[in-house]
Amino acid sequence: MSSRLVMRGMIAFYIFLFFAYLFGPLVVMSITAFNTPSYPQAYPFEAFTLNWFVRLWNHRSMMDGIKNSVIIGLGVVAISVPVGLAAAIMMGQIYHRARSMFYLVTVSPVLTPGVIIGISTVIFWKDVMGVTDFTKAYFYKGIILAVFGQASFVAAYCLLIIMARLQRFDRSQEEAALDLGASFPQVFWHILVPFLKPALISASVIAFLSSFENYNTTTFAILADKTLVTVLAGEVRQGTTPALSALAVVIIGLSLVGAIFYEVAKRREEAAAERIQERARLAERGEITGAKTGLA
Amino acid sequence: MSRFIVFLLPLAVIAGFWLLSRQESKLAHDPTHKSFFQRNGAVLGIVFIALVTFWMLFLVVMPYLYMVQESFHPRLPPMKRGGPEDFLTIQQYKSFFVEPSSGNWNTLHLRAFFFSILTSVFVTAVNFAICYPLAYYMAQAGTIQKVRLLMLCLIVPYWVNEILRAFSLRLLLASKGLINQTLMGIGIIDTPIDFLGTNMGLYVGLSYAYLLIMVFPLYNAIESLDKNQIEAARDLGAPWWKIHRDVVIPYAKPGIASGCTMVFMLSAGSLAAPQFLGGPSTLWFTSIVYDFFFQAFNWPRGAAYAFILLTACIIFVLAILKLFKVSLGETIR
Repeated sequence: MSSRLVMRGMIAFYIFLFFAYLFGPLVVMSITAFNTPSYPQAYPFEAFTLNWFVRLWNHRSMMDGIKNSVIIGLGVVAISVPVGLAAAIMMGQIYHRARSMFYLVTVSPVLTPGVIIGISTVIFWKDVMGVTDFTKAYFYKGIILAVFGQASFVAAYCLLIIMARLQRFDRSQEEAALDLGASFPQVFWHILVPFLKPALISASVIAFLSSFENYNTTTFAILADKTLVTVLAGEVRQGTTPALSALAVVIIGLSLVGAIFYEVAKRREEAAAERIQERARLAERGEITGAKTGLA
Repeated sequence: MSRFIVFLLPLAVIAGFWLLSRQESKLAHDPTHKSFFQRNGAVLGIVFIALVTFWMLFLVVMPYLYMVQESFHPRLPPMKRGGPEDFLTIQQYKSFFVEPSSGNWNTLHLRAFFFSILTSVFVTAVNFAICYPLAYYMAQAGTIQKVRLLMLCLIVPYWVNEILRAFSLRLLLASKGLINQTLMGIGIIDTPIDFLGTNMGLYVGLSYAYLLIMVFPLYNAIESLDKNQIEAARDLGAPWWKIHRDVVIPYAKPGIASGCTMVFMLSAGSLAAPQFLGGPSTLWFTSIVYDFFFQAFNWPRGAAYAFILLTACIIFVLAILKLFKVSLGETIR
């Protein structure tokens, strides 16, 4: 019995260590955001201040960076979710022998280092856009290249997410609608898309977030423009300021709120699903007993 | 010339796919079978194909081919591109091994290359060791509520971006950082330990950045293992390490391979941790590539180095898959 207790203690200790490693640096950084010294320090805690948040708010290039990041993120969502959806549908319909080949090509960007995706995007589009002066002036832009570079691997994430849900789709629903005289676009918009809606939403969220925090691909593809992450990288390279910690606090706060919202929504959804199941079970039982009495 | 080949090659591949599908539909003659356009309608079918083709050709395949093509060219000012000096050459690849100016071995870059690869292997192994127990606990021992909470705790720090995570570690490990302050305050050391200069910061930073990339595939793989198998092994008297060696790990192989490949690839291709946490004399391979693009403006050589990195990564991944005897398809799921 005592050996079991020792084992339990050891597991608890290990989990504590793991999360201390995971959260420790973030907690220390968060403390420095509220401390007065201009070199970010957690100890000794001299005085509480919100000054660094004000400094962050007035940081011009960082705010411009956020704007660009949001534009790029939306662009990536706009490209990669439809592409991921189309690829997922084609994956289900393509011939067997071609499927593994298609799969390999479509997921290869996930396994390629981001640096290489960024470099190849810049080299390729520089030549393609350089064909005419017009395209060079208006389309050879960091924001556009960043969208292209990020969309190449984010679309693969979307494909994987949507494909997982599509595998549970019952084809007979589609057949039934077609037999009842629905047209192909109707089947697509009224049956397939509503079924895939949860996957499409989570694919959009994942696409936006992975675009927003991408560094390796963006730093090459962004050319002369700036995103939040590349501005951050420049700041960290130059030195350290508690304003960066303040930004981290904001991001941690936002993701905590998001995570809690997600959890609440999921709990509610599960509760609703359970209620429906319960009702179905009751109805079934009622039917069975009803049938029995009818027979007797 | 070689640029035209790059544009023609994808067309050949598409033609190949089309022929394959023609042949297949002839072989498997099925009267209920509908063609792609019959199943989706003409408009949607065309939209689907256009989207996927755009993605595959213009975002994935052609940029790769273009990068490879660029790496076989000499470095030229834009005016001279396409002129008589623009010939195919392997000088960029040669310069990785032999320094072009002196003719000696290019030890600086070779050492950086092997340092990056070996460090990534080391980080992968360490992360596996750190994450395996947690993944096992979450998948097999924990209650549902506990697992949910742990999951949430894992995901939140993941959304803090790479740069800020590196920054937070720098605050801890710097010579004026908290760890040195604490150690000196207790009186264990008199002068601060130079964590960043000795690459400690780099190792910790890489491991820290990709911790979760290892946890999730492991968790997914172990979670589907039937608890009765472990129970049975325990009842038959197997000690705990034998249960892991002979039951859990063989079963979780695809997840292990997946986690290891992802962590290795990400750390070999990482830019942030070496830039912000590496010592002043540490040369990471991607940093060299970065400098060729932004400081030396030598794109062909940068492209050649990037291709060398990609090749090394592919070889490593194939080796891991071979070692674990799993297919690539299983890995990514």
